[in-house]
Amino acid sequence: MNKLATKIAANERSDLAHLMRRAGFGTTPSELDAFVVRGYEAVVEDILNPETAPAFESDLIDRYFSGEPIYMSSGEWFFRMANSPRPLEEKIALFWHHVFATGFSKSEHPPSMIRQIEMFRHFGLSDMRTILVELAKDPALIYWLDNNENRREEPNENFGRELLELFSMGVGNYSEQDIKTASRAFTGWTFTQPLPVYPNGHFMTEFLYRDDDHDDSVNTFLNEEGQFTGEDIVDIIVKQEATARFVCRHLYNFFVSDEPQVPAWGTTPPQDPEAVDTLVNAYFESSGEIRSILRVLFNSEFFKTSRFERIKSPAELVAGTIKLTGTHRFPSPQLLDLDTAATLMGQQLYNPPTVEGWHTGKEWIDGGALNERVDFAVREMANPSAPGIQEIITDLRKDDEPLSPERFVEKSLDILGSLEVSSKTYAALLDCAKVSGGLDFNSEESINHGPESVHRMLQIIAASPEYQFA
Amino acid sequence: MESTAKAPVLVVVQLTGGNDFMNTIIPYTNPVYYDSRRKVFIPENETLPLNDTLGFHPSLGPLKELYDNGNVAIVQGIGYPNSSRSHFRGMDIWHTCEPDKIGNEGWLGRTIRDLDPEKGNVLTGVNFGRGLPRALTLTGIPIASVGDLDNYGVMASISEERSRSDLLDSFKQMYASSIGTGPVMDYLKQTGLDVLKGADQLKDAPTKYSSKIEYSENPIAKSLKDIVRVHLANLGTRIFYTTHGGYDTHSNEMPTHPGLLSDLSGAIMDFFQDLWDHNASEEVVMLVFTEFGRRMQDNGSGTDHGSGGGAFIIGDRVKGGLYAEYPPMERARWEGGEDLRHTIDFRGVYSTILEQWLGLETTHIVNGTFEQIHPFAA
Repeated sequence: MNKLATKIAANERSDLAHLMRRAGFGTTPSELDAFVVRGYEAVVEDILNPETAPAFESDLIDRYFSGEPIYMSSGEWFFRMANSPRPLEEKIALFWHHVFATGFSKSEHPPSMIRQIEMFRHFGLSDMRTILVELAKDPALIYWLDNNENRREEPNENFGRELLELFSMGVGNYSEQDIKTASRAFTGWTFTQPLPVYPNGHFMTEFLYRDDDHDDSVNTFLNEEGQFTGEDIVDIIVKQEATARFVCRHLYNFFVSDEPQVPAWGTTPPQDPEAVDTLVNAYFESSGEIRSILRVLFNSEFFKTSRFERIKSPAELVAGTIKLTGTHRFPSPQLLDLDTAATLMGQQLYNPPTVEGWHTGKEWIDGGALNERVDFAVREMANPSAPGIQEIITDLRKDDEPLSPERFVEKSLDILGSLEVSSKTYAALLDCAKVSGGLDFNSEESINHGPESVHRMLQIIAASPEYQFA
Repeated sequence: MESTAKAPVLVVVQLTGGNDFMNTIIPYTNPVYYDSRRKVFIPENETLPLNDTLGFHPSLGPLKELYDNGNVAIVQGIGYPNSSRSHFRGMDIWHTCEPDKIGNEGWLGRTIRDLDPEKGNVLTGVNFGRGLPRALTLTGIPIASVGDLDNYGVMASISEERSRSDLLDSFKQMYASSIGTGPVMDYLKQTGLDVLKGADQLKDAPTKYSSKIEYSENPIAKSLKDIVRVHLANLGTRIFYTTHGGYDTHSNEMPTHPGLLSDLSGAIMDFFQDLWDHNASEEVVMLVFTEFGRRMQDNGSGTDHGSGGGAFIIGDRVKGGLYAEYPPMERARWEGGEDLRHTIDFRGVYSTILEQWLGLETTHIVNGTFEQIHPFAA
């Protein structure tokens, strides 16, 4: 066997498996079969228009997971990632959660955090103007960046600064004066005071514009002068090339291939400048519509050839694994364990460490995190009653033909999403397959021990270095 | 393993978010303080005076006790020129000693490389917490990062002994290095092998430990307890790192800041008491730092990002007292007209610890030569 023993020529099946790892959280084997029948471009259109699929049915899960504290919502989100018929809706919400990182740790107010993610689901594929205005009106974000304390008499720059530095343009493309003007334009953007938490728990809060607290002095912003409202500031921001480049590089980083961390972007050019240029063109042709940019992205060659170039985030690793094993197709208290698992890997949903969000890519991997990742995936694959694993076994024996050890390995990798492994990993899998002499469900030996050898095979795949990549 | 138990050890505690130094070490007699801080201030009669002009925040009782005991060097006015008010950049600068460009190498990564150039011990540097701070990153330098010391090990949750041992064999086979798989995959595989080795060594630390100290139930107390447990296991760890978050007090500083300081100072006291009880304190020095201080003036409910701040160096071998100068209070000398002015460069304080405590050459670690202080007893 050569080094990339199972490197396969790209085909529609492997392209679709790749697409769904990036635009969603992977597929089950049967879902992948159905996607192959539908065809790549049609699937891209389907996922870009989530409203064509049935909405996620939240009745059942809400009955069990609608309360506080936030790790229950985190459990619910994992459930949605794995089971929603609208995978991109969840993925784009996760994307914006990375970019507009808002942490529960400060507000400890679940309703507003939950609503922020719901807002990302709803508006996440629309245009940047809509997205930034919705963001500026989002109570969780307002509180997180203290815009409720941004007063005409006592401006608070926290939101104004991060809006420019982290949410739209990137450092180096504006002045301190621009920050001050942006901050002033958003004075008066606050939220209604919710009812006190005791005795009945948390209440929702709504966006509130207080004209009497709005600073309407004349200022300059990015070389324009005026009495700016918050919307005016966003209008100016979204037409900047810096904004297009910043947003498109984020999309590239999240959907295509790991870029360096955001602070390096001012000095380190993108690894594929042409790809980012292509996306920037799509930005301006569509007035900054994320759906249009993603259409270009998913259909591009640079996307299709980027298989396994990204390190999975903890959320992707957790959701992708449970989607495959089917352990959480119905709500159960064990959903809460997923929050703990992802937290120990370095990513607690709803709770990024700072407004800069999580450091991604290679920085997900350190000794402790890798250990947690491997442990989680191996543990999940060990669950013999998991319906997803039952389906994999059914798939493996579909033709009722005995599988040689080599075929057993290759078919397992294919069923799990056209995975590619190195010769070392292939050798480890082959050793495992040889213990049971391949897979033959016609023999007494395999009927008794077949499922066990499948579990073992899946566990080794889950522990492999390649499993860490999407 | 060769015993390195008495080799000098450094424990770094990062206060994430930008601790308000002026409400930590308070200039309680200075009218400028009370003029600048109309709402976010500590009244004179509540501070814990350490001399005629400065006092500890009332929640820092345990730290003051250590100070009175001569164990705490307060580094006043620590910072660097043209301070970045961004958390990300600010922390990056402290982690990499690169104020003008983006650095990829952490100062403690370099320190660990110099302490253990042969990479003989995968536990020379150990981080406790979520994710690895950039201060500890240097490609090729192994760092153990422990989320939960009590459940640490590769595939620890696979309980059946035989199948776990088979899986570990496969793991070793798959993570063995090979040529030409690319830097990210190489890094990932090496990390896997290092974890295997480190976990093997760390697994006995919790069982060997016993103590009279009852640490509080909060994250910084848990982290410092874990550091004590690993230190006492004599695994040759020279650099420990942990973080304590929540210091970004733009609003509601008056109710939130005291809790943070109280958790922190209580945990530090328990940490040293535990080490004293085990006769294992002499070789340990702790550095407590934050990415920036906050503004001179409050914003009505909290304080915005500023520049100069403060740090603490704590330990038996520390010569307690005040180091560098308190940031000048006169309005004309505020940094950028708004912030506390720094009076000593943080890279000088790193150099102090690297050279005078760990006995290392410093210039290539901190990217230059900076004025040092002398906080260690002869």
